Amino acid sequence: MWPRLEARPERSRVMVYLTPLVAAGLTAVAGLILFAALGHDPVRALTIFFISPLTTSFGLTELIVKATPLVLCALGLSVGFRGNVWNIGAEGQLILGAIFAGGVALAVGDAEAPWLLPVMVCAGIVGGMLWAAIPALLRTRFNANEILVSLMLSYVASLLLGYLVHGPWRDPDGFNFPETALFGESALLPALVEGTRLHAGALFALVAVGVVWVLLMHSFIGFQVKVMGMAPRAGGYAGFSQARVVWLGLLCGGALSGLAGMVEVAGPIGQLHPQISPGYGFTAIIVAFLGRLHPLGILVAGLFMALTYLGGDTLQIEMGLPRAMTGVFQGMILFFLLASDVLIHHRIRFGSGPARSRASTRTGGA
Amino acid sequence: MTAPGVPRLELRGICKSFPGVLVNDRVDLAVMPGESHALLGENGAGKSTLMKIVNGVLAADSGEVLWDGRPVRVTSPAEARRLGIGMVFQHFALFESLTVAENVALGLDAAESLDHLSERIRAVSDGYGLAVAPDRHVHELSVGERQRVEIVRCLLGDPRLIILDEPTSVLTPREALALFDVLRRLRGEGRSILYISHKLDEIRVLCDRASVLRGGRLVATVDPGQETARSLARMMIGTDVPDLTQRRAAAGVETAPLLVVENLDVDRDDPHGTDLRDVSLAVRPGEILGIAGVAGNGQNALMRVLSGERLVARADAVRIAGTPAGHLRPRARRDLGLAVVPEERLGQGAVPDLSLAENALLSAYRHGGLVRRGLVHRRQTHGFASRVIHAFNVIARSSDSAAGSLSGGNLQKFIIGREILQAPRVLVAAHPTWGVDAGSAAAIHQALVDLRDRGAAVLVISQDLDELYTLSDRIAVIAGGRLSESQPTHAVTAEDVGLLMGGLFDSEGGAGTAVRAESAPARMGPSKGGPADVA
Repeated sequence: MWPRLEARPERSRVMVYLTPLVAAGLTAVAGLILFAALGHDPVRALTIFFISPLTTSFGLTELIVKATPLVLCALGLSVGFRGNVWNIGAEGQLILGAIFAGGVALAVGDAEAPWLLPVMVCAGIVGGMLWAAIPALLRTRFNANEILVSLMLSYVASLLLGYLVHGPWRDPDGFNFPETALFGESALLPALVEGTRLHAGALFALVAVGVVWVLLMHSFIGFQVKVMGMAPRAGGYAGFSQARVVWLGLLCGGALSGLAGMVEVAGPIGQLHPQISPGYGFTAIIVAFLGRLHPLGILVAGLFMALTYLGGDTLQIEMGLPRAMTGVFQGMILFFLLASDVLIHHRIRFGSGPARSRASTRTGGA
Repeated sequence: MTAPGVPRLELRGICKSFPGVLVNDRVDLAVMPGESHALLGENGAGKSTLMKIVNGVLAADSGEVLWDGRPVRVTSPAEARRLGIGMVFQHFALFESLTVAENVALGLDAAESLDHLSERIRAVSDGYGLAVAPDRHVHELSVGERQRVEIVRCLLGDPRLIILDEPTSVLTPREALALFDVLRRLRGEGRSILYISHKLDEIRVLCDRASVLRGGRLVATVDPGQETARSLARMMIGTDVPDLTQRRAAAGVETAPLLVVENLDVDRDDPHGTDLRDVSLAVRPGEILGIAGVAGNGQNALMRVLSGERLVARADAVRIAGTPAGHLRPRARRDLGLAVVPEERLGQGAVPDLSLAENALLSAYRHGGLVRRGLVHRRQTHGFASRVIHAFNVIARSSDSAAGSLSGGNLQKFIIGREILQAPRVLVAAHPTWGVDAGSAAAIHQALVDLRDRGAAVLVISQDLDELYTLSDRIAVIAGGRLSESQPTHAVTAEDVGLLMGGLFDSEGGAGTAVRAESAPARMGPSKGGPADVA
C-alpha cells in the first residue's frame, strides 16, 4: 500500500526543527540529479558547492562576510513575519541604509573623524526605517497591502541608487564609471582578522541576534506580535493593537536591513555602486523561514545560505557553471522547506491500519 | 419490499478511531421502517462521527452496515443518496448569493433544468407544509427557512432514512414545533428518522426509541417515553446531574449598577452583521443578567462593544463601574474591572498553538507581576496558569500544554478561570457552556454563581434557555439588534422568551398565549463558533 499522510493530533515540535535539515538533504539529492543531468560529475560538483568553500580560512571568513547582511536582514524580517506583517522589501531598505550611510561618508570625505562610523550606523538605520515606514503608513492608514508596496519600493530604491551613482554622487575622477569615490579611512569598519575582508559588521549581527532574541522570546511586545500573527482576533480580544504590530514589524525590518546596507558599504565594498547587494534582502526571506523565525536558527540559516553564494562562485571558477546555480539552490531550499513543513502537522503512515496504539488514552474526546 | 421485522438500517460493531482517540467503539444500532430513532449523547460522544459513517463521509475501521438486511458499503454521500439515505446537517451548506433552486441544483447528482427543479421544490414544500420559495436568494432567508431548504433538498431524493443532526439548535421554540410536525408526517409515510440530539425533552416528545452513546460506546437503547429527562441524562453523562446550589435571594436593587449600556446605537461593520438599535441594560453588583436570543441577532456586535474591540463615539453609552468607557480600549476597560469570556474559544478566547501559560498572559497581562518592565515574567505566568488549572479542575498535562490540545470543556474552564481569578467587578460571558460536556458546564455555572455571590456584576449572553433559567436573576431577549426590557427570571415563561426571540417585542398578551410549547424544547445552541464536534 502507498504511504499516506495522516493528520497529527498536535503539531510536532521535533519536526519544526527537523524539517530544515530534511529540506537541506532533499536539496542535496536534487542537486546531485541536476548536476548529473547537466553532464557533470555530481559528487564532485556538490563537493565544490558545499564543502570546498569551508576548507580554507579565506572561505570561512568570506562565509561570515556574506552571512552578516543576510542574518541582519532576516532578523529584522522575522519580527514582522511572526506578526503576519509581510515585509518583502528588505532589499530596498538595505539599499536606502547604504545610501544614507554612504551619503554621510561621502560628505565627510577623507577627514579624520572617529565619530563618523557611529553616525553612519545611525544614518543607515534611519534610512532603512524611513523606507519601511512608507508601507507601514500605507498599510495602517489605507490598508494597502504591505507585500506589494514594500516589494515595489525595492525597485524604486534600486533606481534611486542608480540615479545617485550615475549622476550627482558620481566620482569625478572615476573615468565615468557609475560609482562614488572610495570612502575615507574613518568611514570603513575595522577588520577583525588582518588580511581578510572579515570586518566588525559581523559583531553587529551577533549583537542583533541577542537583541532580537530578547525582543521576540521574552518581551511583552514580542508576545503581542506572536499573538497577532497566530490569531488576530485573540489579539483584538486581549486589546493588542494591530497597527502597533505592523509598525513594529516593518520598522524592525527597516532598521536592521538599513544597518546591513551600512555594514556592506562601510565593510567589504567601501563605496557606493549599483551592485552593492546580490539580492541579500530577498535571500533573507528564505533565511528567516529556514531559521524558523528564531534568532539562533536565523544565525545558522544565514551561514548556510551564505554558503550558496560562495559555492556558486567556486562552481563558476572550477567547473565553468553559471552563477545562476546560487539562485537555483536557494530556490530549491525554499521549495523543499515549504514542502516538508507538511510533516509538522501530518505524519507519513504506511499500510491501512489506523493509529490504535494510543487509542486507549482518550476515548471520550471525539 | 422488506420483510417485517427487518431493520431499515442496522449497524454492527462499528469502530472508528482518529489519531489518538477511539471515537466509536463497537457500536450496534438498528432503525426500523417508520421509526423515529434518537441518537443521544453529549458533545464528543461520537454521534456525528457515527452518522458520517452511515452517510459515507467517513469509512469505519471495522464493523458492518446493513441496509434492508443486506450488507452494504457506503463509500460516498452520493452512494448513500442512491440507497435512500438523506442527511440534514447541523451547519448548512448553502451559498448565500444563490437562489434556493440554484443551491439545490448544485447538490444534485444529475443535471436538471432549473424550471423543472423549481417545480419539484414547490411540490415537495407544499406537500409537507415547508414554505420554501425556490426563486428566493438564500441571504434573504431566516435560519429556520434555510433549514427548510436543507430538508427539502434532502426530501427531493425521496429518502427512506432521514438523518437530522441537532436540527433544533438554530431554531426558536416555535420553529422547532413546526419542524416536529413535519417529522411526524414523514414518519407516518413509513420513512425512518434518525434524530441526533442532546436535548432530552424534545427526544421524549418526538422519538419512539433512543440509543444513548457515551464515550464512543452504545450505553443503552430505551423507550424515551418510559424514561425521565433525569434518567436519560444519567445515561448520557454516567453520573447524576449535579444540582446547582440554592440561589441566593435577589440582589438589592438599590445598589448602583456596575455595568450600564444606555441608548446604544451601533451600525454593522460587516455586511452580514446586525445593527444595534437603542440597546439599554444595567447589571448591578451581585446579579446575573441573562440575554437570550438566536445567534446572529446582534450578540456579536454587543460583545464587541462591551469588550472594547469596537469603540463607540459616545463614551457615555457604555459605563463600567460608573466610568464612561465607550471610547476606551480593552486594556483600559480591564483596568476598570471588566473581564470578558468571548464567543469563540479557539482563535479569540485562546490561541490554539500557544501554551496555557501564554494563553493566561493573553488577558491577564495587567495582573500582578506577569509583565515587568516590558518583559514577560516566565515563572509568574506559569504560576498564574497553574493556579487557574488547579482552581478550576482543568484537565491538562501542565501549563506548557497547547491550548488547542485541550477538550472544549476544559479549555472553556481555563478561559473562565483565567477571567475569574483576575477578580473582576464585571464579567461579560458569551455562550459560556456551548459545546461543553455536562460536568464542565455545571462547574462553569457554579463558578459564575460564586462570582456573583462575591458581589460581581455578571452578564451572560446565551442561546441556551435552560442555562439562562439556571443562572440568571433577570432575563432580557435580543432580536434583530434590539434588546427587550429585562424581567426577573421567575416572572417570564419559556414561551414568552421564545416569542421575544422571534422579534415579537410589541405583541401583547394574545400572542403570548397563542403558542403553547408543550414540554418545550428550550435549549438552543449557537449556529457557529466553537470547536467542531469531531476529534
